[in-house]
Amino acid sequence: MIKLFSLKQQKKDGETTPRAGNQKKASAAQLRITKDINELNLPKTCNTEFPDPDDLLNFKLIICPDEGFYKTGRFVFSFKVGPNYPHEPPKVKCETQVYHPNIDQQGNVCLNILREDWKPVLTINSIVYGLQYLFLEPNPEDPLNKEAAEVLSSNRRVFETNVQKAMRGGYVGGIYFERCLK
Amino acid sequence: MGDCQDSGQKRWDHLRKVLERPGPFCHPDFEPSSDILDFIMTACKVLVVGAGGLGCEVLKNLVLMGFKQIHIIDMDTVELSNLNRQFLFRRKDIGCSKAEVAADFINKRVSGCHVTPHFRMIQDYDDLFYREFHIVVCGLDSIVARRWVNGMLVSLLNYEDGVLDQTSVIPMVDGGTEGFKGNARVILPGMSACVECTLDLYPPQITYPLCTIANTPRLPEHCIEYVKVVQWPKENPFRTLLDGDEPQHVSWIYEKSLERAAQFNIPGVTYRLVQGVVKNIIPAVASTNAVIAGICATEVFKIATSCCVPLNNYLVFNDVDGIYTYTYEAEKKENCLVCSLIPQTITVKDPTKMKLKEIYTLLTDSAQYRMKRPGLTTNINGKSKTLYLTALRCLEEKTRPNLSKTLEELGLSDGSEILVVDDTSPNTMIIRLKYLSGDVEMN
Ligand SMILES: [Zn+2]
Repeated sequence: MIKLFSLKQQKKDGETTPRAGNQKKASAAQLRITKDINELNLPKTCNTEFPDPDDLLNFKLIICPDEGFYKTGRFVFSFKVGPNYPHEPPKVKCETQVYHPNIDQQGNVCLNILREDWKPVLTINSIVYGLQYLFLEPNPEDPLNKEAAEVLSSNRRVFETNVQKAMRGGYVGGIYFERCLK
Repeated sequence: MGDCQDSGQKRWDHLRKVLERPGPFCHPDFEPSSDILDFIMTACKVLVVGAGGLGCEVLKNLVLMGFKQIHIIDMDTVELSNLNRQFLFRRKDIGCSKAEVAADFINKRVSGCHVTPHFRMIQDYDDLFYREFHIVVCGLDSIVARRWVNGMLVSLLNYEDGVLDQTSVIPMVDGGTEGFKGNARVILPGMSACVECTLDLYPPQITYPLCTIANTPRLPEHCIEYVKVVQWPKENPFRTLLDGDEPQHVSWIYEKSLERAAQFNIPGVTYRLVQGVVKNIIPAVASTNAVIAGICATEVFKIATSCCVPLNNYLVFNDVDGIYTYTYEAEKKENCLVCSLIPQTITVKDPTKMKLKEIYTLLTDSAQYRMKRPGLTTNINGKSKTLYLTALRCLEEKTRPNLSKTLEELGLSDGSEILVVDDTSPNTMIIRLKYLSGDVEMN
């Protein structure tokens, strides 16, 4: 342990060398997101869009699954990274209307690492893989769209037809889905 | 009042016994002297961040220990619910600045004190302000704010040839409480674990799985959280963001939560609980604040006087059931995103000619760095700017034109910092630009 101040250099005012530029520093959240983004290793089914390249805290992820129920679809997610990242997870919403057991009409996504299982060691990459997995393995156990979940557990063929119908644009279970084919 | 012979007063005798005599627990470098008390009373500048439950206690403790040059900063105003524990405030102060009322109270009550209030956000001030202090003590309820102060103090560090200049270290004493639990820690920026090194220690906000609150709610909190997360954005009743301080908003959430709770037969939704869930409030306990603030003030005293070895470095306190404390040494993270950053200086002869490309090439080609595909960002007038990022095609395409721009065209100036991230290192690197042209003051 050091002794920080010797009494000789007790006067603080005026002793410091003024340094040019009072630019604000990058926040810890910004430091971390820059690193996350530089290390992003996107699967070939995923792409990103940055409406403002200077703003790394707000961007979109586009997933075009190449297998599973959602093959040929194109799904857009918005990411909002807050000032408390990575203590808190980013806010992720699905902007594409999708017939999916774990995504609701408002674009809320039920993915554990986006809420209760988030940890600061996780990165944007972890979320990308989590979202991609949701399209490969929709999970009827954790439903946000209950009807879709019930169909998936009772009859996979009907579920598949419903997904196709929704992706082409049309009504499923009284709800209209916009076309989202690639 | 304001007597400069103040340190001669009898009321400081107890401090003199500690500061003017050696003892078995003294810091090895401690030299007993009457100058130390003078230092505390005349020169030592302490910044108290936060004038809430902890801040009031810390401020009172510090002035009664002889500190006089104290600044206190808080952007909040006094609310009725503060009055049970934030004892520097009275009913008539409701709506006034906490920092101003607290400073005023202390200055009137304790003779010779100069508490300077700042009714501002911590982010309103820059390094020139924070640099003035010997010690910063935080009593905050926000992790964002803590991380900000921590980042600021780390950024004030000076390195010469990669070696920390210890005179640039401003110790941070940080207290935090949550109900009957609290912690206090001493951070020597650049030397011991910082807030960012131990970010995983902060308890995450309580969250519930979305599918549970949507489909199988069991707790009253599940119902409230559902209304907050799903129903509010969907119905957007007031065409604005949810504000936990807006009674109309809270009432709306309360009513909808009651409806939802009735639907699932869940008892226990109350207005207070709704307030708590919406604002994420954990009830403050006055005694916990008092204990943690006492520890923080003692640490400030120990650091300022060297009369004792400071806390090393993280203390937890819990009085839920009996009293429990435990102290351990939180470890500095070698790849901490904040405190492991050692700025490197790059000298620039002519910023009107030097292009960003030259810096990029230096990073990839010079034996000193040998980076693979560095990403470069900076901050200009408080706004982040992506200089060049190659990891994503869309960003690479948009930022590539920057490579052929000069530093001046990019808005970079003398002293600007460029953040460099690269696969070859878990650490972010900071490049500080040093312009030679027009450089009068340096050397
Ligand atoms: Zn650190």
